[in-house]
Amino acid sequence: MRNIFLFISRHFNFLFFLFLQVLSVYFILDYSKYHHAAFGNIANNVTGHINSRYFEVQKYFFLKKANDSLLKANEELYNKLKINYSIPLTAPKSTVDSIKVDSLQNYRKFRYLSATVISNAVSTNSNYLVLSKGTTSGVKEGMGVVDPNNSVVGIVTEVNKKYAVVMSLLHKDSHISGKLLKTGETGTLMWDGEIPNIVTLLGIPKSEKIVKGDSIISSGFSTAFPKGMKIGNVEAIYKEKSTNFFRVKFRTACNFYNLQYVYLIENVDQDGVNEIINNIKAQP
Amino acid sequence: MSSLIKNIFRFILLMLLQVYVLDKVRLHQLITPYIYFIFILWLPFKIRRSTLMILAFILGLTLDSFRHHPGFHAAACVLMAYVRPFIINILIPQEGSETNFEEPSFRSMGGMLPYLIYAGFLIMLHNAWLFLLEAWQFADAWYFFGKTLFSTVIGLFLVLITELIFSRNQKFKTNSV
Repeated sequence: MRNIFLFISRHFNFLFFLFLQVLSVYFILDYSKYHHAAFGNIANNVTGHINSRYFEVQKYFFLKKANDSLLKANEELYNKLKINYSIPLTAPKSTVDSIKVDSLQNYRKFRYLSATVISNAVSTNSNYLVLSKGTTSGVKEGMGVVDPNNSVVGIVTEVNKKYAVVMSLLHKDSHISGKLLKTGETGTLMWDGEIPNIVTLLGIPKSEKIVKGDSIISSGFSTAFPKGMKIGNVEAIYKEKSTNFFRVKFRTACNFYNLQYVYLIENVDQDGVNEIINNIKAQP
Repeated sequence: MSSLIKNIFRFILLMLLQVYVLDKVRLHQLITPYIYFIFILWLPFKIRRSTLMILAFILGLTLDSFRHHPGFHAAACVLMAYVRPFIINILIPQEGSETNFEEPSFRSMGGMLPYLIYAGFLIMLHNAWLFLLEAWQFADAWYFFGKTLFSTVIGLFLVLITELIFSRNQKFKTNSV
C-alpha cells in the first residue's frame, strides 16, 4: 500500500497529465451523448452572448451582400406567385364550385423559420454555426438549415432556449444525402476537411454519365430537407480504382464564407417518421 | 501589477484576439493561425507543474467552447504545458536563471535563439497533437505534415511579432531573498 502511494506521489505530474489527456479525448469522443446536455448548454449561453454582441457590429459590413441575396430570393418568390399564372379559358360558361374545401387535400409539410447567423467557422475540420433562435422560437434538433437562396447549409445538432448550433456541410461527421439533378442517382455528401466550399459526393456508380457543371440537389430522403434544394455544382470527377463508384468533387451552392441569414426548415411529419424508424430499430 | 491580475488580463485578451481576429483570417487551407498559446509560454517559471496543466486545460477548453466541440485544444494545451518545464530545463543558459527572472522572454532565456527554439518546439507539439486528433479519420499524411509545418511557422511568426511589439521589461531579481 505504501508503495502505491509512493508511486503516485513520485509520478504525480505524469499521472495528472495522463488524466487530463484522457479527459480531453473523452470530451472529444463522447460529445454527442453527454456533453450535449451538460457542457453544451452552459458554453452556449456564455459564448452565444459574446458572439451575438460581436455580430451586432459585424453585420453592418455585410449589408450589401445580404441585400443582394435577398433581392435574388425575392425575385424567385415573385416568379412563383399565383398572380402570375392564369388558367387557360376552356369552359365558355362559368360554373359555381360547390365544394368549399380543397379537394386535393394539400397539407403543409415544411415550414420555414428565419434566423441570423451569430457565429460561423470554416477553418477547422469540424465546423459549426450558431443561430440566434432557440427552442422558444420553435427550433428543434434535426431541422435542416438553408441559406436565403435555398442552398443547403447544414442540420441543427444542439438547441437551448436562445441559441441553436448547426453542424454545417463542412464537418467531417456530416452525412447528408444528395442526388444528381440530371440522372437522379443518390449519394452521400462528405467533406474531407481540406478546402471550404469544395465537398465530395460518394456512391455514384460508374455507369452514370456525369459532366462538369452538373447540379446536385437534396434527395428528399432525409426528414431535414425537402426534395430539390440546391447543394452544388460538379467541379471534378475521379474514378475510384477499388470500387465501382465515382468520387465527385463539387462546389457548394451556398457560400460558407459569408453566411448572414438562414432559414430553418421544420418538417411537420418528422415525429411520425422518426417513430417508425425507432420502432424498427427497437425490434431485435 | 500582480502576476495574477496580469495573467487574467492576458487570458481574456488573447482569447478575444484568437476568436474574433485570427479565427476570421483565412490565409490558406493549410494554415490555421494561432496565438492564444502564448499565454502558456509566458506563465512564470516558478509555477507548479500541476497548476500549469490545469491552467492550460482551462485555456484550451475556453477556446473549444467557442468552437462547439470540446476537447481538441484542451488536449493540445495540456501536452504543451506538460512538456514546457523539460524544454526550459534543457535550454536555460546557467543555473539560477529561472530564479533571477520571472517569466520566459528573450532576455531571461539568454537570447533570441533559445527562446525561439522553446516557442517553436512547443507550438509544433501543440499543432501536431491538435491536427492529429482532428484528423483521426483521415489518412492523408502529407496534408497533416504540411498543415503542422505551415501552421507552426505562422504561429512562431505571430509569437515573434507579439514579443517585439509588447516588449516585457523583465526586472533582474537578485539572489538575496
